[in-house]
Amino acid sequence: MAEKVLLVDDEKDFLEVMAERMATRGIEVSTASSAAEAVRLAEKESFDAIIVDLMMPEMDGLEALKLLKKEKPESQVILLTGHATLEKGIEAMKLGAVDFLEKPADINELTNKIKKAHARRMMIVEKQIEEKMKAIISTKGW
Amino acid sequence: MKTTVRKQDDQGLRFFGQVIASVTHDIKNSLATINENAGLLTDHAAMAARGRPLDPEKVNVLAMRIMDQVKRADGLLKNMNRFAHSVDDSLKKVDLNEILQLLAALSVRFAAMSGANLDVQPSPKPVVIETSPFGLLNTLFLCLEVAMTAAGQGGSICLRPEKTDNGACVHFGPLPDAAMSNQDHCLSAFIDARLVKNSATRTLTLIIHDL
Repeated sequence: MAEKVLLVDDEKDFLEVMAERMATRGIEVSTASSAAEAVRLAEKESFDAIIVDLMMPEMDGLEALKLLKKEKPESQVILLTGHATLEKGIEAMKLGAVDFLEKPADINELTNKIKKAHARRMMIVEKQIEEKMKAIISTKGW
Repeated sequence: MKTTVRKQDDQGLRFFGQVIASVTHDIKNSLATINENAGLLTDHAAMAARGRPLDPEKVNVLAMRIMDQVKRADGLLKNMNRFAHSVDDSLKKVDLNEILQLLAALSVRFAAMSGANLDVQPSPKPVVIETSPFGLLNTLFLCLEVAMTAAGQGGSICLRPEKTDNGACVHFGPLPDAAMSNQDHCLSAFIDARLVKNSATRTLTLIIHDL
């Protein structure tokens, strides 16, 4: 099954070409050029990984990360940024990002991280289903 | 006295760091776009090697995108180089028209982050003053930060230089009425200048005296 990814960046040229490269690797890509648009899309659809730029106008990547994790805690957010400070990376990881990559990134490295994020999300979703099933079984008198 | 000098040095360094961090961030964005376009070219080459015909128009589009980004990165580096040379002379004759264009170019990301649009309206004639180029840029940047905060999201700030008898001034505005009333005068320790507000024209004006 193809991984479903949301790519978020205010650099439209980057967004376009990166989406095309991912698509050629069999990844289903949606794009958003702002954090607000990304949050709206993530509310409507589920993604295996959300790749977010750290520095964006109006709402930055860390704010978006907080909102995405609040709305959907199972979200697997990878930060991809030109803002190369370790402090920001640590802050992002503390807020629940699963990975942090610096631009320019290696597409193969990013693809591997997407696959790992997909596997992790599948495990979380399966666990959630299992817990729901257990709860149903324990409350019903079958 | 020592404390004042230390504060000026700290502020100057902070400004230098802010500008360099912002410009290098944009250069990295440009490099990332070049990297992905070049990567897409290699993807198409690999597909062509497997028998899929190569579309010359696609190759052309990707090459053009790379050239556009090289031009963009070159512009960013030219501005950063001009900025770095602003510390070469502690006193120099500068044209405010050129300095404001440089300031606007260096502040594009800061403006985008605060949601403001910058518009430099140069004077038809050069507005020459003798001052510290770096101190002037730093002072103008501090004023611009005040103006951007006052303008808020979606605000547009016009930067207009004007020659005066003993120096020059730069007008920032128009700014929202409500924001104007909250602005305190911002005094500069770097050059002989002061920031005043004009509620009638809804502008902040930096008055600069020749050093």
